[in-house]
Amino acid sequence: MTGNNHDPKIVGFLCNWCAYSGADLAGVSRLQSSPSLRPVRLMCSGRIDPGFVLSAFRSGADGVLMVGCHPGDCHYTEGNYRALRRKLMLDRALDGFGIDPKRLRLEWISASEGEKYARVSWEMEEQIRELGPLELQR
Amino acid sequence: MTTETITKPKLALYWAASCGGCEIAILELYEKVLDVADAFDIVFWPVALDTKYADVEAMEADSIDLCLFNGAIRTSENEHLAHMLREKAKVLVAFGSCAAEGSIPGLANTTTKDAIYDWVYHQSPTTVNPDGVVPLTSFELPEGEVDLPEFYESVRTLGQTIDVDYFIPGCPPEAHQIWAVVEAIVSGAELPPPGSIIGAGDKTVCEECIREREEKHLTGFVRPHQIIADPELCLLDQGIVCMGPATRSGCGGLCVGAGMPCRGCYGPPPNVLDQGANMMSALSSAIDAHSEEEVAAILDQIADPVGTFYRFGLPHSTLGRVQP
Repeated sequence: MTGNNHDPKIVGFLCNWCAYSGADLAGVSRLQSSPSLRPVRLMCSGRIDPGFVLSAFRSGADGVLMVGCHPGDCHYTEGNYRALRRKLMLDRALDGFGIDPKRLRLEWISASEGEKYARVSWEMEEQIRELGPLELQR
Repeated sequence: MTTETITKPKLALYWAASCGGCEIAILELYEKVLDVADAFDIVFWPVALDTKYADVEAMEADSIDLCLFNGAIRTSENEHLAHMLREKAKVLVAFGSCAAEGSIPGLANTTTKDAIYDWVYHQSPTTVNPDGVVPLTSFELPEGEVDLPEFYESVRTLGQTIDVDYFIPGCPPEAHQIWAVVEAIVSGAELPPPGSIIGAGDKTVCEECIREREEKHLTGFVRPHQIIADPELCLLDQGIVCMGPATRSGCGGLCVGAGMPCRGCYGPPPNVLDQGANMMSALSSAIDAHSEEEVAAILDQIADPVGTFYRFGLPHSTLGRVQP
């Protein structure tokens, strides 16, 4: 499958305090999110090890979304800054690995931003459709 | 004398895609290498003995007691010998970083077979090849057909090719670590469960490093030739990318002790699957910057992230190769 017809798989790593609550709010507000996005709840975006992202791609994800609290709002003070640094580091590594860094996205979504969560999920799906499936060679 | 030879355990050593440094590491046992020769009947060692593949092929299954296999799997010849030695050896050890993780030959996974052939046989300035001759797997001559092993698209580790009993990391493994393993096997001591990494530590190189560490607040990176590093302080604290935090201990901190950063040859520490990801995580935590622009400016100072973080383990890593 190529082009826009494939069914994109996107793994979302969501922090417990802001991002996941935002996703919950999208649900209770009856806002539909992209079914391509498979959310994984972690305690903090600072818990998103670069290895998780690489494993997701290796296991068949076409895109990975990292979501944390807005800067300054981290439940653990600094975790989201750590996520930012890891994201920028991963961008460079993915580029080196020949994987388009646009397949990895970092967003800040607060517990009150259900609408943003839904919007980002659709935008991400659109982006991954554009890039097509990720077929990794060994 | 004859009966003694028969009762000695049989040892085989092989090199696949490697540089020969692992063989030299065995000679670094110095006079103890004579004890190895005393304890074992060395039945196959292409670098030192005139033994042929046919000799190994003629042996019965499980007739070799210990095989130390160094080198990565680059060609069909490497793969063929891996399968053959697996069948003939009771205990097969991936010896050294190439066999265990792919190591320096594995950096070829940053490019493709076509690109390698193009450079080696056509483009490199020292190549004179007006007829454009390239190696073929088989070629017809008046005398008959001749063949060469196939050069694979990607380098793989020994463990990705066959079942491996133990892994001894290091580029090359340290002599005292090799000796400890040989001694354990000779003495009949209880061996760790199959699949274990032996002849190495279970912490990181930082634990063996003699340099003084402080809490890390990195504001930039330099390459080793750009500064005169303080001989007492942690190299990473001085902005040199040192793989110590993401590398298994066991070498005794040799490189850092000599003023060079750790390059990661002992592979990932225990419970870490991907050495490069582990290093990216460690560096990201140590950088003291909060805005996207600041962080990006600092990270742009790291030359060749994939080649640096995966210098010894690209084939073994999660992604395995750079996508062509």
